[in-house]
Amino acid sequence: MLLPGPLKNILRGGRGDAAPNGSVPVRPGRSSPPARGSAETVNTRPSRGLEEFFTYIRGQSGLTILDLGGATQQNVTFITNLGHRLYSEDFLRILRETFGEDGGAEQQSNPGQIEYFLRQALDYPEGHFDGVLVWDALEYLTPALLTAVIERLHKIVRPKSYLLAFFHSDDRQDTVPYYTFRIQEINTLQVAQAGSRQPAQLFNNRSLEKLFTRYESVKFFLTRERLREVIVKV
Amino acid sequence: MWNKQRRDDEPSRPFVPTAPTPTPAAAAVPAEPKKEAFTVSTPTRSFEPEPRGSAATIGKAVRINGQINSKEDLYVDGDVEGILEAPEHKLTIGPNGTVHATIKAREVVALGSIQGNVEAADRIEIRKDAKLIGDIRTARIIIEDGAYFKGSIDIVKPEPAKAASRPPQPQAQAAVPVVHAPVQAAPAAVPEKR
Repeated sequence: MLLPGPLKNILRGGRGDAAPNGSVPVRPGRSSPPARGSAETVNTRPSRGLEEFFTYIRGQSGLTILDLGGATQQNVTFITNLGHRLYSEDFLRILRETFGEDGGAEQQSNPGQIEYFLRQALDYPEGHFDGVLVWDALEYLTPALLTAVIERLHKIVRPKSYLLAFFHSDDRQDTVPYYTFRIQEINTLQVAQAGSRQPAQLFNNRSLEKLFTRYESVKFFLTRERLREVIVKV
Repeated sequence: MWNKQRRDDEPSRPFVPTAPTPTPAAAAVPAEPKKEAFTVSTPTRSFEPEPRGSAATIGKAVRINGQINSKEDLYVDGDVEGILEAPEHKLTIGPNGTVHATIKAREVVALGSIQGNVEAADRIEIRKDAKLIGDIRTARIIIEDGAYFKGSIDIVKPEPAKAASRPPQPQAQAAVPVVHAPVQAAPAAVPEKR
């Protein structure tokens, strides 16, 4: 039966316990990575968000870029070929190691655990980076942890620099695929699906603007894969 | 301590092929939007075992605390803490190797665990299942899918050894305007065949 959007959300219990930032919280669920050695689906697609990100940093060299997607050969080569220094953090792996495979919704609200996680993943001096490739890492954080991470990113990234983050735009999905993002060209990404996972929160444009309210500007690009590519200026 | 024996018990490391490396020149040209889906199965083939017949070996039951300075290729499969230097040679950290040290070598191959800053004049390879926490300075870097790396990467140009002996350029050429290009990193984004 087709239901209008708000009613459908009420039935799903999604809007009733909306997070303070306006996003729709969902219980962090188990990730389901593909079995080791099994096939992974790889797509190549254009990315306006990536193009915008590199437009801002392309004219310069010697910048310090943080990649939260873990180290991949393509990203390392691409960014260092542009003359930049690359820092690599496997954000989701640290998240898993800190809060467990299922996301640990309760621990993600524990201030001590949050502080420990920030020390593991984002322990950098103030204004250290000239750009951050966040990819889809923020989707898997519950509100308390997300707020802390957004604050920390704001602190460690130099003013007037940019973040690139991805968010699934379809709030009807209970699980979303998670990916490894590999830069092919300045405007092209190779996206390898590494499994699927239940996001901790789902966002629309309004909730994303609220999320990055401390930042100078937020710009959205909607892809055919129903993914919001977001460029955030610090 | 320094066993020169040949080690045949090391499992061969699976190899995950990496896609061709984009060059900055290619990157600057706006490409036609591509959308292609394909499937990759891993692993596809394996690296050959490290040929280390002539390398000095620190076995997996050995633990060293201090400074090591090697004048030959070195294979570390044990625990080392301190400083590890082989400035003109290849240093391999085996799958059982656990190194908490500052490393300086001509070439570094990581199959085990390294915690510390690494300076590899020629290149560094971080193989699948290897773990490296520290900052890297090198001319070329190879990272396999499945490797864990946390830290920074500085690509430094290799010493221009041949440039010094090159004859001076004719004056006419010097007048040609030079376009500034970004620093070129590893031409060796693709692992070499051995």
